[in-house]
Amino acid sequence: MIEIESARVSFSLGAGEEHVVLKNLSLSVKEGQTVSIIGSNGAGKSTLLNAIAGTVPLRAGIICIDGVDCTRQAEWERARYVGRVRQNPLAGTAGAMTILDNLALASRKGPRRLKIATPPVIARRMAEEVAQLGMGLESRLHENVSRLSGGQRQALTLLMAVISKPAVLLLDEHTAALDPANAEKVSALTKRFIQEFGLTALIVTHDMSRALSEADRIVMMHDGEIIADLSGEEKTSMTVAGLVDLFRKARGRDYAEDRDLLR
Amino acid sequence: MIEGILVEGLIYGILALGVFISFRILDFPDLTVEGSFPAGAAGGAMTALVLGPKFGTGGSPLLVACILCAGLIAGGLAGFATAEIYHRLKVHPLLAGIITMTGFYSINLRILGGKPNLPLIAGNPLLDTVRSLLNGMLSPEFSLLAASMLAVLVLFGILDFFFHTEVGIAMGALGDNENSVIQAGINPVRLRTLGIILANALAGLAGAIAASYQGFADVNFGQGVVASGLATVMLGELVIRSQYIGVQLARVFIGSILFKALMYAARSWGYLAGITPNDLRLITALLIIGSIALSKVGRKSS
Ligand SMILES: Nc1ncnc2c1ncn2[C@@H]1O[C@H](COP(=O)(O)OP(=O)(O)OP(=O)(O)O)[C@@H](O)[C@H]1O
Ligand SMILES: [Mg+2]
Repeated sequence: MIEIESARVSFSLGAGEEHVVLKNLSLSVKEGQTVSIIGSNGAGKSTLLNAIAGTVPLRAGIICIDGVDCTRQAEWERARYVGRVRQNPLAGTAGAMTILDNLALASRKGPRRLKIATPPVIARRMAEEVAQLGMGLESRLHENVSRLSGGQRQALTLLMAVISKPAVLLLDEHTAALDPANAEKVSALTKRFIQEFGLTALIVTHDMSRALSEADRIVMMHDGEIIADLSGEEKTSMTVAGLVDLFRKARGRDYAEDRDLLR
Repeated sequence: MIEGILVEGLIYGILALGVFISFRILDFPDLTVEGSFPAGAAGGAMTALVLGPKFGTGGSPLLVACILCAGLIAGGLAGFATAEIYHRLKVHPLLAGIITMTGFYSINLRILGGKPNLPLIAGNPLLDTVRSLLNGMLSPEFSLLAASMLAVLVLFGILDFFFHTEVGIAMGALGDNENSVIQAGINPVRLRTLGIILANALAGLAGAIAASYQGFADVNFGQGVVASGLATVMLGELVIRSQYIGVQLARVFIGSILFKALMYAARSWGYLAGITPNDLRLITALLIIGSIALSKVGRKSS
């Protein structure tokens, strides 16, 4: 469960000027809900996920995860409730370490102990986990992650993000860098993990049809604000064309404002 | 001569282990060793001087432990200083190291009682203990070699274990991709601080042993040790390629012995090519350049 209240994020442009990227944004996501976040480039989608994960600080507002106010927590503290996959397949894994070491690192959140990290029991468990990906990685546990393909590496990152069953899963265009076949595979895995573990998920995507088919709810962002929030009946009856229409309307408002400025 | 090269190679290999941990595992280019190595030497020598009379002549394992601990602590403190400067002031690692190294020059002078050089004339507990323990079994030179081999083996065992633990794996991941550590809910600042302390504690330990081996501690002991440590690490990487941490740790010592042998050769026979002891630093620099160039060529062809 995520509750965001009047979150404001801005970046300083120097000389006292601020570029406001999230404008008093409020959003509440119920436990087990899958939300697709769509919107044009620069709308603030990634910034919203960054704000939830703690990568960027809020200037104002509150963020609660599972009822805990984590607005002031550092990114590594929030990671206890948050699993994350970014667009870049290199971002989530340590390439110079083995698949097994990466999985062992991700399998538990929090401080580490002076205990052997990958005894045979753990190695067997991780082999079972990675076998779920259906990519044959279970026989390559002792290979370095840098030797995996982008698709394999992103699938591994996804597994690492969900293996500890976090309260919230944040996915930011996590299939955008993959070829269509791999993107399909990783999407299917994503769907399966979310269902199997009953995860609460926020998925940023530019793929409208996927957004419609995979999520319980669609949130459209524009210019740091939520301009549409569709769920239930509204979402079920929505079409790709309908979404594009909504986009146009939002953009049209921009053009109108531009015209105001030029006058 | 060959024992000398081996013993020196093993002792300075401990220093190079520190360089390996900061530069390679943590990906933190740390110059602090130029301060932590002499700090360990000064701490160890001062401990020998102050505690030595209480234990009498002939050495004692307990006193040796105290000397080694003094080296570890002195070096570790220097590492802690660098980690704090780096994390709190958010400066470049190189600058953090330069600040610590500069400050520790004065601190080391203070540890040495205001003098730049402290000879261990009154007694050299570390060597005395080694000799008295192995007395009669081995010649003095070989007893030193046996003792340093034993010390290195123990250290290797501890570090090899450490880098297979959860903490050690996380440390490796930190240098590789900090984000993967953050995602695991680990405080990267604490972990990096621990790593920098570990690296410099090893340098300090090497300093304490080196001071005993040379028979004196000197405030200028640290000059050039980053470069020689790096050359050592790179030589090792050049001769043995491996992704296994155990092999990576062991090859630091192989690199160190090779480096000492090369330096010995340059000192002994270099005059044939017009090389004087003044040129050793230049040779070290060229070695680093050569190792980097060769490793690039090797990577392309493989
Ligand atoms: N670290 C930063 N410093 C300054 N400006 C930033 C920073 N991060 C994001 N921005 C700005 O915030 C705005 C929103 O960026 P964001 O990455 O959230 O967009 P997005 O919706 O994810 O777009 P895309 O679809 O292209 O990924 C952009 O105008 C961007 O320039
Ligand atoms: Mg984005």
